[in-house]
Amino acid sequence: MKNTDFFDIKSLLTEEHKLFIDSLSDFVDIEILPVIEEHFLEGTYPSELTLKLAELGIFGITIPQEYGGAGADYLMYGLAMQELERGDSAIRSFASVQSSLVMYPIYKYGSENQKNKWLPKLASAESIGCFGLTEPDFGSNPAGMLTNAVKTRSGYLLNGAKMWITNGTLADIAIVWAKLDGIVHGFLVEKGTPGFSAPEMKGKHSLRASVTSELIFQDCEIPEENILNISGLKGPLSCLTQARYGIAWGAVGAAIAVYESAVEYSKTRIQFGKPIGAFQLVQEKLAYMLTEISKAQLINFRLAQLMDGGNATPQHVSFAKRNNVRMALDCARIAREIHGANGILSEYPVMRHAANLESVLTYEGTHDIHTLILGQHITGIAAYE
Amino acid sequence: MNILVCVSRVPDTATKVFVGADGKSIDPKGVKFILNPYDEFALEEGLRLKEKNGGNVTAITIGSPEATEILRTALAMGADDAVLIKGDNLDSYQVAYNISEHAKAKNYDIIFAGKQSVDFDSGQVPSLVAAMLDIPSISVVSKLEINGATLLAERDIEGGKEVLEASLPCLVSAQKGLNEPRYPKLPDIMKAKKKPIEELDAKPADAKVSVISMELPSKERVGKILGDSDADISEIVRSLHEEAKVI
Repeated sequence: MKNTDFFDIKSLLTEEHKLFIDSLSDFVDIEILPVIEEHFLEGTYPSELTLKLAELGIFGITIPQEYGGAGADYLMYGLAMQELERGDSAIRSFASVQSSLVMYPIYKYGSENQKNKWLPKLASAESIGCFGLTEPDFGSNPAGMLTNAVKTRSGYLLNGAKMWITNGTLADIAIVWAKLDGIVHGFLVEKGTPGFSAPEMKGKHSLRASVTSELIFQDCEIPEENILNISGLKGPLSCLTQARYGIAWGAVGAAIAVYESAVEYSKTRIQFGKPIGAFQLVQEKLAYMLTEISKAQLINFRLAQLMDGGNATPQHVSFAKRNNVRMALDCARIAREIHGANGILSEYPVMRHAANLESVLTYEGTHDIHTLILGQHITGIAAYE
Repeated sequence: MNILVCVSRVPDTATKVFVGADGKSIDPKGVKFILNPYDEFALEEGLRLKEKNGGNVTAITIGSPEATEILRTALAMGADDAVLIKGDNLDSYQVAYNISEHAKAKNYDIIFAGKQSVDFDSGQVPSLVAAMLDIPSISVVSKLEINGATLLAERDIEGGKEVLEASLPCLVSAQKGLNEPRYPKLPDIMKAKKKPIEELDAKPADAKVSVISMELPSKERVGKILGDSDADISEIVRSLHEEAKVI
């Protein structure tokens, strides 16, 4: 890690981690940063990056190599998400969805046929996936979902709508969660299935370099073999735990990007005859950011150890997602302030990250929901039931 | 094809280096080391050749045990196996002697090296290795084509290009532009852990040269700001010519 690493976490990494992160860091600098502002302004996803990311091995980092993954550990996955989001939250979101929300459920709950059919293609990005859980009227409360499946002679009939689905319009395969006899089940819905459409949502002021879609199912027939072997909300929630883990790391990457920009700016911007970094009020902001980023990195490193040892709980992941995303958003706002008027320009990465992080604060469990998950853990009382 | 690629561990060009206490070596403390950038072109060319014609790519380096790091990078990029010859502070002759001793027993069809390592820049090893093996050597190559046992190499020369022909086995030293080196891929990084690195002790050979001292550029080279009068312009030209010696 050539970027901010105050407590020398790099020295705790293996050769493999260092090698990959150095290589990915170069990739972010050379392939992502020069093009991302333009895509953000235009509201387009940089599709030219997808195959390059697949070649690097970004999709399915923790999935075994026999299925096309990299067979690496959660620490590797976390470090990779941090680097990608140092580029842009949209790129990290793409990787989170493909790996944690599509490959993970197929690997974990899929049949051998489903795994062999989809995982290698998802790893190579020959196929793109999306994950449909959230609905227009059910966000924090997914148990209330209206999308439902009815058993037919040859499979299932799916009806309903999903919203806020990253990569929906691009996807060849959608993991869709729907109620079958009142219980949540997961279905693989292939692009082109009659009755399935995925229009893109427009008008976002955040995650502009990411495709966000609706998924609409009207008497959509799903073959028998496309159901996942899991029932109940724990299916989708287990996927979200994976993705949220990656987000906890990713947010630190965004924070590093805005912090480093603020450091550079405060050393070169001259006011009253000296760099603004010479002023105590600016130094306090920089010290605050470095402190918060370093704390978040230490949380992530320990969380990775727990994940790799199989000892992480969803509450640990909620803690990290909640803390780190809020921290990153705070850093982005502070960095914007340090950059003054320049902070709103696309010449600096600050406003883009600030706008993105508003989404990251809300998606994959809002900040408040993660607060309540911790509240329930502490008191034993669930506030949202 | 049996391919050998010579690689070297060098300080990252973005790293600030300091001279060690002995006054004739780099102090490694806090220095980030990387695979020599010119060797990346050499390795990439070797890998492409193997991907096209089949065969085996061996990466070799000479240095301290820490040099294993860059062999792992080479293995992660796609080399099949690697050789570490352990030896410190060797001169170009000793390095070339050890590479050629290794190569003699292996019958490599082609040997690649970077045109120079970016730490000491002597640029002697590739040609020395070729001479010791008595095989043709083409240096500073920016484009390469191999047809059967014939090799066509393009080199940038002052104001133009030169195309040379030689037959295999041959040594080729790589210039920037030869190719676009790949990023190591994560599945390959994971597989690299299991690839073999053979470790040998350097064979003794007498050094032909020895380092007497090493020093950093003078700090006295501070910037001068002059005006835009004719006299000032004459002074700028004079100091660029006589002091900075750049024109």
